[in-house]
Amino acid sequence: MSVLECKDLCKSFGHAQALDHVSLAVEPGRIVGLLGPNGSGKTTLIKLANGLLTPSSGEITVCGMAPGRESHGLVSYLPERTSIPTWMTTTQLLDFYGDFYSDFRRDAAEEMLAHLNIQSRQRIKQMSKGTREKVQLIMVMSRAAKLYLLDEPIGGVDPATRDYILSTIIGNYDPEAAVVISTHLISDVEKVLDEVIFINQGRLVLQSSVDDIREEKGMSVDELFREVFKC
Amino acid sequence: MRWQFSNDAPIYTQLIRQIKVGIVSGGFPPGERLPSVRDLATEAGVNPNTMQRALMELERDGLVYSQRTAGRFVTEDKAMIETAKRGLAERHIKTFLEAMLNLGFQQEEIVSLLRQETGEEETNHVSSGM
Repeated sequence: MSVLECKDLCKSFGHAQALDHVSLAVEPGRIVGLLGPNGSGKTTLIKLANGLLTPSSGEITVCGMAPGRESHGLVSYLPERTSIPTWMTTTQLLDFYGDFYSDFRRDAAEEMLAHLNIQSRQRIKQMSKGTREKVQLIMVMSRAAKLYLLDEPIGGVDPATRDYILSTIIGNYDPEAAVVISTHLISDVEKVLDEVIFINQGRLVLQSSVDDIREEKGMSVDELFREVFKC
Repeated sequence: MRWQFSNDAPIYTQLIRQIKVGIVSGGFPPGERLPSVRDLATEAGVNPNTMQRALMELERDGLVYSQRTAGRFVTEDKAMIETAKRGLAERHIKTFLEAMLNLGFQQEEIVSLLRQETGEEETNHVSSGM
């Protein structure tokens, strides 16, 4: 069964059509790049998948279910902006996640935090932007979810932090789960992805495997993106 | 091991080549156990399924073999490693020759330049024309 499936999915905000008859499926074990220019509908799609928005028409399902209380237990979501409570210490944050999510792997989170030399008594607000992003990603990836939705996980951080974030995603790979990463920093994430979904102005442009694109077009996904979305 | 990728070829074929280089150059010695797919993928910064695909192709060619519970190992067949080494060398030579022919050199000139570079020939008649 697909982890994420959209059928004729539409979402409009007033007159603005954010998603326009999108149909796609994401299978377990896949790391998928959701790629498109600014305002193409990436965040809207992610918010529909975790139930923060409701479709105008069409259907979206997570493991066969419409997004709702049951599917929340299966979806681990990294929002575009840091959303962890900044007044908490790392230990409090671990407790908080443990209380909320029965699939939270505290050992895994502690190990990753220790690897970064983050002290358990340190408060989130005392951390640099890069460290906060890393901590939040660690929390999100420490859940044993079926679907990870990462909205711009590598935007606005330095290249070393980017590498750390990507290797954390690879290191937590689970063949039963799917990861959807939205970004426009394609050359950085390309090697980590199985497949890519291009969307533009709310429409699905392409869904293909990274190596198929490289094999057939003789160019990287980044180069293809620049060609398809040339301004 | 340093992993590097170009834009013009599939990632799994580039992985195959780089693991082959590792085997041929002794980075992964004959009979040695390879790291797990996840560790190799993390180290190379690539998708685990792509790494898996590369290892399966190497397995099909016989350069690595897997033992059901113990993991994947580099072949102990030295002749096979030597063949792989030859294959890699041929590719390098082909690319080199193509580039030199593109620059307008003739076969003999190239050979003579190579001799000069490796110090096998003291005098060189070709370079005077450059």
